Amino acid sequence: MSGDGIGAAVRRKEDARFLRGRGNYTDDINRPGQLYAYILRSPHAHADLGAIDTSKAKRAPGVVAVFTGADLAADNVGGLPCGWLIKNKDGSPMVEPPHPVLAQGRVRHVGDPVAVVIAESRNQAKDAAEQISVSYKELPAITDAAEAIKPGKPQLFEAAKNNLCYDWHIGEKDAVDAALKKAAHVTRIDIVNNRLVPNAMEPRSAIGEYDRGTGEYTLYTTSQNPHVIRLLMGAFVLHLPEHKLKVVAPDVGGGFGSKIYHYAEEAFVTWASAKVGKPVKWTAERSESFISDAQGRDHVTHAELALDKDGKFLALKVSTVANMGGYLSTFAPAIPTYLYATLLAGTYTTPAVYCEVKAVFTNTVPVDAYRGAGRPEATYVVERIVETAAREMKIDPAELRRRNYVPKNAYPYQTPVALQYDSGDYFTTLDMALKAADYAGFEKRRQEAAKHGKLRGIGLASYIEACGIAPSAVAGALGARAGLYETAEVRVHPTGSITMYTGTHSHGQGHETTFAQLISDRLGVPIEQIEVVHGDTSKIPFGMGTYGSRSLAVGGSALVKAMDKIVNKGKKIAAHLLEAAEADIEFKDGKFTVAGTDRSKAFGEIAFAAYVPHNYPIETVEPGLDETAFYDPKNFTFPSGTHVAEVEIDRDTGAVHVVGFAAADDFGRIINPLIVEGQVHGGLAQGIGQALCENTVYNDDGQLVTGSYMDYCMPRADNLPSFSVATNVTLCTHNPLGVKGCGEAGAIGAPAAIMNAVVNALAPLGVKDLAMPATPERVWRAIHGGQRQAAD
Amino acid sequence: MATTVSMTVNGKAVKGDVEARTLLVQFLREHLGLTGTHVGCDTSQCGACVVHVDGNSVKSCTLLAVQAEGAQVTTIEGLANGNELHPMQAAFREHHGLQCGFCTPGMVMSAVDLAKKVKNPSEQQIRHWLEGNICRCTGYHNIVKAIKAGATAMQGGQS
Repeated sequence: MSGDGIGAAVRRKEDARFLRGRGNYTDDINRPGQLYAYILRSPHAHADLGAIDTSKAKRAPGVVAVFTGADLAADNVGGLPCGWLIKNKDGSPMVEPPHPVLAQGRVRHVGDPVAVVIAESRNQAKDAAEQISVSYKELPAITDAAEAIKPGKPQLFEAAKNNLCYDWHIGEKDAVDAALKKAAHVTRIDIVNNRLVPNAMEPRSAIGEYDRGTGEYTLYTTSQNPHVIRLLMGAFVLHLPEHKLKVVAPDVGGGFGSKIYHYAEEAFVTWASAKVGKPVKWTAERSESFISDAQGRDHVTHAELALDKDGKFLALKVSTVANMGGYLSTFAPAIPTYLYATLLAGTYTTPAVYCEVKAVFTNTVPVDAYRGAGRPEATYVVERIVETAAREMKIDPAELRRRNYVPKNAYPYQTPVALQYDSGDYFTTLDMALKAADYAGFEKRRQEAAKHGKLRGIGLASYIEACGIAPSAVAGALGARAGLYETAEVRVHPTGSITMYTGTHSHGQGHETTFAQLISDRLGVPIEQIEVVHGDTSKIPFGMGTYGSRSLAVGGSALVKAMDKIVNKGKKIAAHLLEAAEADIEFKDGKFTVAGTDRSKAFGEIAFAAYVPHNYPIETVEPGLDETAFYDPKNFTFPSGTHVAEVEIDRDTGAVHVVGFAAADDFGRIINPLIVEGQVHGGLAQGIGQALCENTVYNDDGQLVTGSYMDYCMPRADNLPSFSVATNVTLCTHNPLGVKGCGEAGAIGAPAAIMNAVVNALAPLGVKDLAMPATPERVWRAIHGGQRQAAD
Repeated sequence: MATTVSMTVNGKAVKGDVEARTLLVQFLREHLGLTGTHVGCDTSQCGACVVHVDGNSVKSCTLLAVQAEGAQVTTIEGLANGNELHPMQAAFREHHGLQCGFCTPGMVMSAVDLAKKVKNPSEQQIRHWLEGNICRCTGYHNIVKAIKAGATAMQGGQS
């Protein structure tokens, strides 16, 4: 065969255009007659909106139109919908306030869009926006979620008393309380999962275009899921039928979750293109991304772990306050609930788990899924408390984990928090990671470092994640307002080359290569003759896009189903041409063969016969070779693994250097190991970034202090080590490829591993905990405070 | 208040009328349609816009178009020799040094400049050199590998 099938480290097809500067990102697209939109955003975190005077701006050079929320309201434009409904402990629905495209009456975070100028050039639009006069009546702001739910604080919405969006829980509270009461040891921690700005390198961009002749709208947008945008924007915001609305997400420069959601700018440019009769383009500047892209994490958590005298986990109790920001972003309510609390059993047999979550509105940018989405937060709680328990009980952290892992023969394993793990082997990935990190040799390295005045620490994290979200019916029962299946169309052309259409979306993941490998492997067609198309609602049957490491597990499974149909049809055609019974036809290595003979037809010959059906079973088989499949997953997939971080800390400066990082992951079957390793590397960088440098800071007035790359510390090449990554394979039992997904693992395991290593290094000084990010200042203060404590 | 600016871009003489405030990157993208050079930030931090001006890597968001008057500018579009990738481009492909591709043009242009200035750069030198280029996808691991390999290949006389 071609050698480009499953398991081959095929070099990526998409690189050919990216390396030559021939990518086609949204801002690279220019439509004839295009105008430019500039959005005037609120400089205040919380204010009542008074009069907006746009008269001077309308007269400015090049200005075509200026719009405010009043114009949208007059046109009956709806608010941005929320895609997931969470119910309170008492069964009542969460508070779901309106989320207008342009502010109506009040602004609730810095960056809330207030007015838009449309002009012939970017600069003209921007200059004219300075001529808009807005009367704001400033209100006190609240940014800290744990503070915001206390009585007497500034209130964002009348319907949300004490800013509470929902008060939700899962698990058996009584059983957990009873276990905590009689436990030999209880470990308690208070932790903060710091808010992050996703920062895909391509800023968001959108172009709306209206065709007067056909009445059709086209939206080009930086999206991870164009069909979902079409559905939400068409049905809820602009009231446009889907057959008159096309959404194209071309090359997209990274997403990490932040490009899942339906954003105001998408609806605005689409609406405005019909108003002004010309295409309208908007592209964010980076400082605008900081105040308009949904942010991530921001949890405040108290957790208690009950253990018996041998370190066996008896129960885990978790209480979390999750910051939603000023409005509900598309999937925000699902993240701290079904994607977080359901993962709190981790890789362990903890028999009882209870978690309650309060989601809170604050005067900050909305928070939603960011790489890992709930699972990094869950892993951070579980792995920080496990490591703390190990230290308190003086048990080796690796050994404590081993004592509590789900045994290898226990699958399918039902956790106490709804999920059923189908497969895994946490012991092997632990051993692999420990070996790669030379865990046994750490003490010697620690002593060596101490000779040079350095503090050295090692930390572990064993994570599990739930990926490939669904089945649709389960997600629906839990509050999802969408299905979570995936589609694939395999169009075999008359000469045997193939175009494959997927409802998933690639924004760095390399689907054009991975999916082509699956096709090459199954149909025997060289990958040079396979084109993978994504990101265009007018070409692709349907799709739910890419997030939650779902593309291969769900989209790849749809592709397998579509190829099954191609092969089955091909067998019928081959049986006719070879004058044999259909049951006797075998398909292998790109050939349809009569079993036990050397009589065969190549895949290309069958394709040709299907499109030129001169000698063809036309009575029973339709011409053509083009099949579509929809696949609804049977369960989540459960990637897992152990990450080991080793750090060295400079006592004088507090600087933390990551001197080693070993990851051992189980992603199920690997299609392209090169791409998988790359996904892990990237996730690790984001996880290490969260642990050591990234932080989103609002001051008390709600101003984003870390609003540019000058102030928000993005991890750079010289902040990071080279990584040791390896995989162990246990197959997913319920999808046809046995795949689990690899896109988020790095960001899930790394923060806990790094912080455990930092605390391990500082523990001899009496430091028991440290908040992320472990910046030099925080570490330095901990070193000095810790020394004083130790001396007391 | 347009000013006429002329320069040589990827070996071709070009000119255009620009506002005084037009940045070199805007001239390349919006006037010349060379959209391979990207804009990832507004504070000269990310390096997605790196091009070569008179042989040195420069952030084209930090230079006014008029400052490049008469200059020799090379963008990512001008790096390959026809169908043959530049050795640095080829190394990025071989070592999977790119994912979403957005930072890639700046990374490659920056890397080529490093390889010209430092023969056989060490991992540490590469990581230090890249402090002006941010990538959110790769964790830099494979970029560092690619640049090492690309720099070696350029030594083979193909630069």
